[in-house]
Amino acid sequence: MTLDIPLAGDAAARFLPWLIGFMVYLAAVGLALALLVIGAGEHWRAMAAGTATVQIAPLPNDGQDTREDRTTRALAMLRATPGIASAEAVPERQVLALLSPWIGSNADPAALPLPRVIDVTYQRGRPPDIRVLAANLTSIPGVTFDDHGTSLAQLTVLARTIERTALGTVALIFISMIVTIVFTTRTSLEIHRDVVEVLHLIGARDGYIARQFELQALFHGIKGGVAGLALAAATLIAVSTAAARIDAPLLPRLALSSREWIAVACVPVLAAIVAMIAARVTVLRTLAREA
Amino acid sequence: MASGEIVRFQRVGMRYGLGAEVLHDISFRLQAGSFHFLTGPSGAGKSSLLRLMYLAHRPSRGLISLFGRDVATVPRREVPALRRRIGVVFQDFRLIEHLSAIENVALPLRVAGGREQQVHEHVAELLRWVGLEEQIHARPSVLSGGQQQRVAIARAVIGRPQLLLADEPTGNVDEAIALRLMRLFEELNKIGTTIVIATHNQSLMERFPYPVMRLKDGELVEGNDS
Repeated sequence: MTLDIPLAGDAAARFLPWLIGFMVYLAAVGLALALLVIGAGEHWRAMAAGTATVQIAPLPNDGQDTREDRTTRALAMLRATPGIASAEAVPERQVLALLSPWIGSNADPAALPLPRVIDVTYQRGRPPDIRVLAANLTSIPGVTFDDHGTSLAQLTVLARTIERTALGTVALIFISMIVTIVFTTRTSLEIHRDVVEVLHLIGARDGYIARQFELQALFHGIKGGVAGLALAAATLIAVSTAAARIDAPLLPRLALSSREWIAVACVPVLAAIVAMIAARVTVLRTLAREA
Repeated sequence: MASGEIVRFQRVGMRYGLGAEVLHDISFRLQAGSFHFLTGPSGAGKSSLLRLMYLAHRPSRGLISLFGRDVATVPRREVPALRRRIGVVFQDFRLIEHLSAIENVALPLRVAGGREQQVHEHVAELLRWVGLEEQIHARPSVLSGGQQQRVAIARAVIGRPQLLLADEPTGNVDEAIALRLMRLFEELNKIGTTIVIATHNQSLMERFPYPVMRLKDGELVEGNDS
């Protein structure tokens, strides 16, 4: 397609697709990060919600029987509490297995002041009164109660901060793109002032002239957007492949779902539309001001 | 408006920016279907007067009426429709360099929303008529001055304007082509187009005895109404 205004020969025509490509790349990666963090937050919430941990620490001059007595009392108290679905003491060998990276696999449990641990699961939809439960449990000497609320709250704050920062960055990238389009469009209008005047004099409306700039911006947007998205997709696939090799239960999945991929694929489309609208509005406003 | 009055200037003055007035107290009327020459020495204000007529410039004072409308009161959104009723042949042609002859000539029809097939047929026919059938796809940079001028004329007349303004349209062509172009203007005039040709060419004005508007030092010394 030949435009009436020779915009394809402008300096902006050479660098703008690159610039839009970089911006789409950054925006797509930023959006993917935000989506992954949202997913991670849900993963952490699902892991922590509805569960609690009770620890029965060994006390000075505390014999094995006494610690077991206190564990039995805690278990009985838990099982008698309304809203508790299950309360199971974690076998000592399992606790040792969890600690084996730090204490080795040949450690003697009798020689170590290990706490007993009870895994607690709440009934779905009608959890117990946490404050009453915590007060009752901690009345037993050496017992601590952790409903994961603190760590969950901290993780939620962290996830929301990362999520907002990532979305804010995407918004800033789009604002930068709009500013760039506005300035390059104004420069092109200035460069092609003569042709624009001829078009006006033969009866072209401002909208016809704006359409020329709009189509050029759309073309740049598509060209840069496709390149930026391809690069972003390669980066995201590389990250998820590397993350898949790590065996860490706390680490959430670092791969996008199909819906998330569709959202990321919308970034260049949005960039092209934004570029087109920015060019159109700039031309119309500039021409109206000059009239 | 008098019946059939296409252009009316009433005590019009014009200046560029804050400079001195280049046109003073210009008053005249052009009837629909009339043919006029606009002449005068270089710097007398011919091109400036044409600029006012094709709405490229606003007057600094006075009243300009085109097709019965005071141009000062025409809303901006209606100016393109008014301009489409005016064909202009610029002295420096003002062809768009990256477009071919046919694309340049097609512009007025395209900006008016003409259908592409129809546009192409009409334009090709007109270019053949002005003797440029071999140069239809040539860009202005490879055309001679005379050929560029004919492209510019074709662009000005393709939309069948009611008012045709031509600034030295025969300045770069030989006599045979000049006569052929004048015949084209006369043909357009016969179908009702009002024609104003700015020219220095005395022999042309003698050969085609149409009314003359003569400018001198920014004043209309012949053909003034007031």
